[in-house]
Amino acid sequence: MNDVIQAPTIEYGTLAPLLVVFGAAIIGVLVEAFAPRYLRKSVHVPLTLLSLAGAFALVIVQVAVNSVPKSASAMGAVAVDGPSLFIWGVILVLSFVCVLLINDEGHFVASAAAVPGSSDEAEAEAAGNQHTEVYPLVLFAVGGMLLFPAANDLLTMFVALEVMSLPLYLLCGLARRRRLLSQEASMKYFLLGAFSSAFFLYGTAMLYGYAGTVSLGGISKAMSTGSLLDPLLLIGFAMTGVGLLFKIGAAPFQAWKPDVYQGAPTPITALMASGTLVAAVGALLRVFWVALGNLDWNWRPVIWGVAALTMIVGAILAITQTDIKRMLAYSSIAHAGFLLVGVMATFGSAEQNAQSLKAILFYLAVYGITTVGAFAVVTLVRDPGGEAGHLSRWAGLGKRSPVLAGVFAFFLLAFAGIPLTSGFFGKYAVFAAALNSGAQPGDQMGGWMAGLVVVGVIASAIAAFFYVRVIVLMFFSEPAADGPAIAVPSMGTVAVIAVSLLVTVGVGLYPESVLAVANDAASSLFIR
Amino acid sequence: MTTHYLILSGLLFAIGALGVLVRRNAIVVFMCVELMLNACNLAFVTFARQVGNLEGQIIAFFVMVVAAAEVVVGLAIIVTIFRTRRSASVDDANLLKY
Repeated sequence: MNDVIQAPTIEYGTLAPLLVVFGAAIIGVLVEAFAPRYLRKSVHVPLTLLSLAGAFALVIVQVAVNSVPKSASAMGAVAVDGPSLFIWGVILVLSFVCVLLINDEGHFVASAAAVPGSSDEAEAEAAGNQHTEVYPLVLFAVGGMLLFPAANDLLTMFVALEVMSLPLYLLCGLARRRRLLSQEASMKYFLLGAFSSAFFLYGTAMLYGYAGTVSLGGISKAMSTGSLLDPLLLIGFAMTGVGLLFKIGAAPFQAWKPDVYQGAPTPITALMASGTLVAAVGALLRVFWVALGNLDWNWRPVIWGVAALTMIVGAILAITQTDIKRMLAYSSIAHAGFLLVGVMATFGSAEQNAQSLKAILFYLAVYGITTVGAFAVVTLVRDPGGEAGHLSRWAGLGKRSPVLAGVFAFFLLAFAGIPLTSGFFGKYAVFAAALNSGAQPGDQMGGWMAGLVVVGVIASAIAAFFYVRVIVLMFFSEPAADGPAIAVPSMGTVAVIAVSLLVTVGVGLYPESVLAVANDAASSLFIR
Repeated sequence: MTTHYLILSGLLFAIGALGVLVRRNAIVVFMCVELMLNACNLAFVTFARQVGNLEGQIIAFFVMVVAAAEVVVGLAIIVTIFRTRRSASVDDANLLKY
């Protein structure tokens, strides 16, 4: 116990994107404290958008001048490697787009502290108030999302997990309409999220007991000399796994997802469904690949089961849903399962690892942007009391508003993985990587990998059924007489839908564009 | 002699996890989560003693700070729910299902 704590060296240049986002979040808090109410929004919006764009530019500069570091930054706490930078770029683009949605009027509550239906609430609404705290909260959440997949030790990862989650718990409870649902979603997300992060932390403690360090590389090193059957190691691996799988919403830890996605304000749902998933898959990959790489005998069968269960549960339960946001939530669960198929394929030789990593990165990028587009469309179909959530309200939308229904149908086809959409190439890349890994000599799970791909294909077919069902409902049934109104979209929402559509079509036609970038990012692999 | 502390930490964690699963009041559920975090802290400082470095003790400080932040957010959410529903029971919040 004679260590002296050394003053750390921080690579400010490498970490600049993170620092920009966190710095802007802190400035946002100061704006809340000192700027008069009428000025706040006009300060927050440019601040938030510029900081996200600036951080993205810094990521691009870092990749362009080819200064991707070969070792972890900030005393080994943050690993800014090829995959991290790709994930950062994706998260920053997705959150930028989501902020454009968040920016729309009428999504967030006038006064969260006022009881729903009370005179306080009516007063706050009449005064035209709207919580502008949303912007710094989103920036903190995005900062956490950036740090989470780049964390190179389990403590940093835990802190990042909380920095990402805590603002999201609050944001979930801030919907302007259907506030009871929103508050309930917030409480469920909070209690389950805190429960799962306690599991993650106890797992971290066990791994610390095993390895004497929480750095991912250190754990891996300890494993190469120590026993692989130590209960501390196995318990630690299982419990950190629970925490991470909860965050990506894999079965059997998926229960929170439909409730939270339905109750949260739709722009926040879009942020969670895209950004959080990307960040959590990145973190899961890093822990399993960097720290627990030597344990793949143990974790691959587990991930096999979880992936199969997640795909099946997501696809089958989505069929029974009557609410559009819940249906998209179950679809997101099924997609988390497809991503886990890719995670399972990160095994064996460096080329195999790079191939499956590339597939996962590509999938994350294209799935994320399509998801944001789909939720952007959901915000536009409105009943008097808020968004028209129930599927029956969507009947005949194609006759009322062919463009909007057509765009939504296209997003659904991309989720289903129909050729000529980006979703097809995502699924193809992941399944191909899985089959390849099974074909490697010496892989005892070869046949199992093929089996998992078969399960994946069946799940995709089931999923295609409920996507197509919504399309049929929109185009081939009569619109109800008192059908929902289509809100006139703001410039921001139009931009979001247009960008998502362009990317989904563009990548569907020229997948090489994004694949090449993903390939460059993946070929350097995670820093061990 | 660190085994006893580890057993105690495991017990605390199990009591916390059980409490989360069986208790109905959101505040009590939340306290049980905090108990789980404290069980983690005990495990960290015990292991720090066992492996002989300071890392575990430092982590315990980080966990305390995170737990404090979590209390702020959690109580805000639970109090809002209570003001709306006049109940903090997790069973009463049942609008989102199926």
